[in-house]
Amino acid sequence: MSRKHVTCTINGDPAEFLCEEDQSLLDALRDVVGLMGVKEGCATGDCGACSVILDGRLNCSCLVLAPEAEGATIVTVEGMAGPDGLHPLQETFLEGAALQCGICTPGFLVAGKALLDRNPDPTEEEVRYAVAGNLCRCTGYDKIVRSILDAAARMGEAAPAS
Amino acid sequence: MRYVAPTSIEETVSVLAGDVRAQVYAGATDFIPQLRMGRPEPGVAVDLKRIDRLTDLRREGDTWVIGAATPSARLSEEEDLVAELPGLVEAAHLIGSDQIQSRASLGGNLCNASPAADSVPAMVVNDGRAVIAGPAGMRTIPVASVVTGPGSTSLATDEFLVELVFDRPPPRTADAYLRFIPRTEMDIAVVGAGARLTLDEAGRCQEVSVALGAVAPTVVMVPAAADILVGNPLTDEALKRVAAEASAVCNPIDDKRGTKAYRRQVAGVLAVRALRLAADRAARTG
Amino acid sequence: MTVTATTTDPQPGYKWVGTRPVRHDGLDKVTGRARYGADLNLPGMLIGAVLRSPHAHARILSIDTSAAEAMEGVRAVVTGADFPMLESGGEGSGEEYYDPLDLCRNVMARDKVLYEGHALAAVAATSRREALAALAAIEVDYEVLPHVLDVSEAMAPDAPILHEDLITEGVEPVPTTPSNVASRYVIDRGDIEKGFAEADVIVEREFVTQPVHQGYIEPHAVVADVGEDGKATVFCSSQGHFMVRAHTAELLGWEPSRVKVIPAEIGGGFGGKTTVYVEPVATRLSQKAGRPVKIVMTRDEVFRATGPTSGCKIRLKVGATRDGRLTAVSGSMAYQAGAFKGSPVSLGCMCAFAPYTIENVFLEGFDVVVNMPKVTAYRAPGAPMASFASETLLDEIAERVGMDPLEFRLHNAAEEGVRSVYGPIHKRIGFRETVEAVRDHPHYSIELGPNQGRGVASGFWFNFGGSSSATVHINEDGTASVLTGSPDIGGSRASMALMAAEELGIDVYDVTPIVSDTESVGYTDVTGGSRVTHATGLAVIDACRKVVADLRARAAMVWDVDVDEVEWVDGRAQHVSGDRAPMTTRDLAADAAGTGGPITASAAVNARGAGAAFSTQVCDVEVDPETGYVKILRYTTAQDAGRAIHPSYVEGQMQGGVAQGIGWALNEEYIFDADGTMENPGFLDYRMPVASDLPMIDTVIVEVPNPGHPYGVRGVGEVGIVPPMAAVANAIHDATGLRLSELPMSPVKVLEAIGANGG
Repeated sequence: MSRKHVTCTINGDPAEFLCEEDQSLLDALRDVVGLMGVKEGCATGDCGACSVILDGRLNCSCLVLAPEAEGATIVTVEGMAGPDGLHPLQETFLEGAALQCGICTPGFLVAGKALLDRNPDPTEEEVRYAVAGNLCRCTGYDKIVRSILDAAARMGEAAPAS
Repeated sequence: MRYVAPTSIEETVSVLAGDVRAQVYAGATDFIPQLRMGRPEPGVAVDLKRIDRLTDLRREGDTWVIGAATPSARLSEEEDLVAELPGLVEAAHLIGSDQIQSRASLGGNLCNASPAADSVPAMVVNDGRAVIAGPAGMRTIPVASVVTGPGSTSLATDEFLVELVFDRPPPRTADAYLRFIPRTEMDIAVVGAGARLTLDEAGRCQEVSVALGAVAPTVVMVPAAADILVGNPLTDEALKRVAAEASAVCNPIDDKRGTKAYRRQVAGVLAVRALRLAADRAARTG
Repeated sequence: MTVTATTTDPQPGYKWVGTRPVRHDGLDKVTGRARYGADLNLPGMLIGAVLRSPHAHARILSIDTSAAEAMEGVRAVVTGADFPMLESGGEGSGEEYYDPLDLCRNVMARDKVLYEGHALAAVAATSRREALAALAAIEVDYEVLPHVLDVSEAMAPDAPILHEDLITEGVEPVPTTPSNVASRYVIDRGDIEKGFAEADVIVEREFVTQPVHQGYIEPHAVVADVGEDGKATVFCSSQGHFMVRAHTAELLGWEPSRVKVIPAEIGGGFGGKTTVYVEPVATRLSQKAGRPVKIVMTRDEVFRATGPTSGCKIRLKVGATRDGRLTAVSGSMAYQAGAFKGSPVSLGCMCAFAPYTIENVFLEGFDVVVNMPKVTAYRAPGAPMASFASETLLDEIAERVGMDPLEFRLHNAAEEGVRSVYGPIHKRIGFRETVEAVRDHPHYSIELGPNQGRGVASGFWFNFGGSSSATVHINEDGTASVLTGSPDIGGSRASMALMAAEELGIDVYDVTPIVSDTESVGYTDVTGGSRVTHATGLAVIDACRKVVADLRARAAMVWDVDVDEVEWVDGRAQHVSGDRAPMTTRDLAADAAGTGGPITASAAVNARGAGAAFSTQVCDVEVDPETGYVKILRYTTAQDAGRAIHPSYVEGQMQGGVAQGIGWALNEEYIFDADGTMENPGFLDYRMPVASDLPMIDTVIVEVPNPGHPYGVRGVGEVGIVPPMAAVANAIHDATGLRLSELPMSPVKVLEAIGANGG
């Protein structure tokens, strides 16, 4: 079967890969590009473990055909930490014990980032709905929600006063 | 399965004309899960999201024009649309999680033709029109006549939906959409109810439209709602009658998501709640 | 790393125990580096896929794999004929129980398929597409048989029989004909007739629950690679890689040492990964193909073919005196075992009334095979459904005698030294303290609004001990590596590191906790039964104490003094007289070669001192009387942890158990159609709670030390899931006046009940 050549930007770097035309972006990111931080929990868009930010919007990469990524900008969990260290969400998840088994964690971090990028000061309810597409079976969500709120507060403090 | 992403309506028409096994899709939030669950792959998957007009969202004169593949998240971000057609935006917003919102579209929700599609009752009460492209050019039909049954539409295999058009509401007019799901998110509607009404200056109903989803093979209207309410205020007594009529028009099934009896009863409840919400909004728009 | 520990005070008398350091595996897990079961790809790796039965019950007349074998890209095909038939055997019950014959037939069906999703063949091909095409080319001729799912129907004399050789155990006389009842279990204490005669109030109800799945987010996944020497390396996620090794080898007819299992990170298990499914299949495929084989289950396969826990029918009768003393309980419980015997019904019987002192008890349990996947352990297996029944009845009887439900529980609370309902004499337990913690919590006195209600419930779980091994190395720089064989599901590495830091007297971040493969550490039982922090912790403590003894001996050697004159304080050797400069672990490690070589010690335990766990919980709900929707407004859980080593992860276990219990209470269930096909094998319609469904879950960690552990540790993983169903049901009763006795208490059922009540 012929493969499709895709040129895009992944975690800030120019990237190219070859994919099958019916392959999901999830499978291409994992098995072709090698970004194993993007997890598969269901492959039907119901668990959020495969969440990525695609052209600025939160997406389940299992619901995107890989060829659609042509020209796109993709952020995965592997792209969250910067040269200055971890993203505040990664810090607060660690400090707040917001992960147990950790399989859903990449998806929650990416969903949390998508939320805070658009709403830097969310309420608890806004956080809960923003991550409602991400299933966690270990934590009961309590510490995840707190950690996202803590990250928002930390980023708010760090931001220059406006 | 091949993948193509045409960038114009004309190109799409010719792709569809050239391959009967071509299948258009927008957000793919139904399309891909259906493939994973064993639906036969089409010969060509035609991604509509690279066509500007299909991902547009604009006010055009006295109408709102929403591209068939415009992601639902865009609707919630358009403040004027939220102000004028809050029920429509709510309905679109209820389609799945934030992840799904980035992709799912009104056009996809309509053409997937699920009886439980959230946006369809809201589009129908707002007299939405569907603009359809095909080899013979463009045609416009009511949204209500797109879906002909579960999984089937009135579009020919070489046609596709381009955009949806809604009139901007006149004064003292508002819509609402409510649905029932067992959780707060990530579920398919067990019952959905769209309502739109126009009040007169005295607060009496002037025009009323109620449509129900997930209670029959296609969206069902509750014409009795207008019979009961037009010319009258929304009294508890009148709404009780509307609830009974709403329950009566349902033709539901028992399935893993709900029972017939449950759907009938809750259809009445939601119809009334949606009407109350729409009336509050209409009153506020003065 | 910029992240630091949340500074909380350690436990009194401890330096590290009770603090909340960042878990050692945390960085890998927030950056995507951690490797889970599906995250390994090897050169030349084939993709495996499993053919599963479309029928709930059918005889396999023939399987023809010849067309599949001839297909392009297909490198191996296996069926049941590729695996030896094992002898029946095994004993016991609960999380460790298995029968080799049943296991081998569950992993690959032989003469019959016993549930929709039952594996009966598998292929390995160069791509998933080719593997799936090959599955479609396997021709199977079935004779479809009548199936049965409901326990009552399965127990009926005319029921379709799953196993012609299944004779009920535990009944006299021994039956002469097969049935679907694998065994009868009985608790019979005191005098039931006398007990009920003493009762002023008697309540009796029947309860029904449906099968529910553990719902771990990571599907089962394995990469198996059999080398030219015939030895297999298996990379997979599981709750116990020694279990995977033992079962894989056994099912292939090999000695265990022929298999090396490398533990991947595990993406949730909750009991569901305490057995094997695809691991032996991938290994046999790899052996046949001569290449590595990867199998990753789809979510659909996870639901259809792996571990739900039992649905059940329970009938219970409870009697109490007017002043609120329980006098007698009796009843029966029938649990679905799935396709093979081994439901946790006996555990349900034991746990249901374990928090209370009751002299007269008669409970019988029936283990019933039905045409659904073989049940697997799920968090406190057997206890939640039994406690749903018992704790709902206790709420009702407390109401009838006019007592606050918590006071009623205190009035009947089991105590140290008293014989438990299930047999043994209670050791020091903290049940009463959990009830008092809820009673004294501000939650319990918050005023409720219209359509709102409050419910309480308690629960018990034994906690297990079992076999664990640990090895501690002191590295050249004075840091320590702690190797154990317990997969880390929810923060156990951090607990191991804390205990090692406490014993060695070094910084917790100078300890590296490692989950080692089956060839690098001694045998260790599965991570299950809430046993790891207790039992593997004991092994770690023991190994650390050996290391400390060695370090003291080496200091004595250097100082040329008697070892008794060397004390180990805060990670340093000190001479009792104080006239020698203390030596740190680092100092001693640097000079290890001169004092006898590397510093290392191992320990192994079979822990017998597990301490029982109790939890008491309070839930507030609001019920929409027009739709039957139940909103969880508030939730507080108090649990006896014995000693919280890392309180954050204790809280996490408590909260996670509650969330699963709420899902079980409200919406989760297996739904089958008339053909026995599961209708909701995905997260869309198998409705686990999402973040917006739940409130914050407040926790109170009660600490009544377990005398069987040096720090007092009890297990914390499981008991949290026991009370929620009854707590929610009791809250719904408080809000509506309705007693619901069927799970899930979905909107449809709640609205039906409201309607039936004239609402």
